[in-house]
Amino acid sequence: MSLSVDIRHRFDGFTLNAAFEAPAGVTALFGRSGAGKTTLVNAVAGLLRPDAGRIALQGRVLLDSQAGISLPPHRRRLGYVFQDARLFPHLSVAANLDYGTRYAATGGTAMSRSDVIDLLGLAPLLDRRPRHLSGGETQRVAIGRALLSRPEMLLMDEPLAALDATRKADILPYLERLKTAYSLPILYVSHALDEIARLADTLVLLSDGRVHSAGPIRTLLSDPALVPLLGVREAGAVIDARVTHHADDGLTTLRIAAGDLYLPGVQAHVGEVVRVRIRAGDVIIARDRPTGLSSVNILPVTVTAVQMGDGPGAAIALDAAGDALLARITARSARDLGLKAGMRCFAVLKATSVAQASIGQNQH
Amino acid sequence: MDAAGYEALRLSLLVSGTATLLALPLALGCAWLLARRDFRGKDLFSAAIHLPLVLPPVVTGYLLLLAFGRTAPVGRFLEQTLGLVLAFRWTGAVLAAMVMGFPLMVRAMRLAIEAVDPRIEDAAATLGAPRYAVFATITLPLIAPGILAGTVMGFAKALGEFGATITFVAAIPGQTQTLPSAIYSYLQVPGGEARAAQLTLIACAIAVSAVIVSEWLSRRIAARIGTRIGAA
Repeated sequence: MSLSVDIRHRFDGFTLNAAFEAPAGVTALFGRSGAGKTTLVNAVAGLLRPDAGRIALQGRVLLDSQAGISLPPHRRRLGYVFQDARLFPHLSVAANLDYGTRYAATGGTAMSRSDVIDLLGLAPLLDRRPRHLSGGETQRVAIGRALLSRPEMLLMDEPLAALDATRKADILPYLERLKTAYSLPILYVSHALDEIARLADTLVLLSDGRVHSAGPIRTLLSDPALVPLLGVREAGAVIDARVTHHADDGLTTLRIAAGDLYLPGVQAHVGEVVRVRIRAGDVIIARDRPTGLSSVNILPVTVTAVQMGDGPGAAIALDAAGDALLARITARSARDLGLKAGMRCFAVLKATSVAQASIGQNQH
Repeated sequence: MDAAGYEALRLSLLVSGTATLLALPLALGCAWLLARRDFRGKDLFSAAIHLPLVLPPVVTGYLLLLAFGRTAPVGRFLEQTLGLVLAFRWTGAVLAAMVMGFPLMVRAMRLAIEAVDPRIEDAAATLGAPRYAVFATITLPLIAPGILAGTVMGFAKALGEFGATITFVAAIPGQTQTLPSAIYSYLQVPGGEARAAQLTLIACAIAVSAVIVSEWLSRRIAARIGTRIGAA
């Protein structure tokens, strides 16, 4: 199960020259606006014909400019969820959902209509018109419509970007369920690192029309060299933790290899593994185990890399008994502490620093 | 109303109805080209379509006579190959009505097509719909109010067409004398005012009901498809 893309396209003085592989699971395409994300996805969908290149989905050639092959969009079997949903205004929600099924190939491992309606909570909306839907409902219908066309892969171009934080929080669990319920590969375009940290398995970093780096999400998010590209405020590692206890005061105990974390607002049940995102800016480094702190999350760590930035900041990669963490401190502190690879120290995480939206169900 | 009045009414409805039906697919095609395609000479093409709107109708009628008269090249060709005679026949009145109503039809349909977001059609394509299906299931329903508006306008224009018709096919009772030319000829004879007034009332009634029916239809379509595009 994989999508392989290698295309070149020049337009308006901008050159897109990108090659990447999207394996099974969720592959996030991340980059600032203007990095070429949407162009890339449109080329995969067949809505844009690049100057040159090759695109194949599980060995099926969608585009091969040398061989003169370019499948039209309706024969690519890719479900596309657009940022602006693009529901058909003259059709009810039910008719929107069913639109693709009449053209879909029969057989295969299609998900049933009722499953999709259940998964996305669409039952109360079926008789409505798109103009009577809220933004979040609109996107859920768009996702359902794409799923019911029995695609071999789902393309999602910033499906949450048009929504406010509340709607976003409403719809993210649906995406997580989608990810766990079906083994459908997803190419997920976003410039919001919190969504990506929550959903993606593979990350492709796009910068100025080129693939800057690509790989497993945990590796890339804990790479101090990528902090400037990911955004100094948003950068941060993702680790898996098992829920061991919910206390009466609202704090949940999560176990990782290096010790216990205590976080508020964790929705998962005891025994479940959740994905925890720890922003680099919310990690403090101490040479000795600190005492008398208000924070209760202190982990013994080893410095694995120190990356001095161009500005006043420095990104520090840490190893916490096998889990990679990332800290962002001032370059002055890094010098004063004498941080260098191999040094043992302590990472202090503010418990409140882990936003609820950053805690996701993990499929592994 | 006398027999001549009925004849004029019957002929007017026949000519306008035929002209509108024949022009409809052609106008839709031209509207599509103008709204969605870029090609060399597009401005010229557009100008040619809109010409009858700005030319004096008598000039249009004379040009039609020059092209489609029985001794004119196109006219002779049509008569020899299809046996179709246009000049001074009701068929010629249909052609004149078509030409005069055409720009109005194209305009309304073009606006409706331009109001359809092509990205909605892209979405349909990604869901597996081939091009013709996208047109039939997405584009056509969305531009239906515009097609209707254009059709009504074309019909109204055809019904009222006078200058080009009388120049091209004259006003032969039972052949080419439509409502407007009948009204005109009644007014030319002493004591014809009453008969002219009768036909005038009928013309008004037809025009008003056409507008009312189209408004009603277009509201119904708009309610069904949930948009307000292209309504007249």
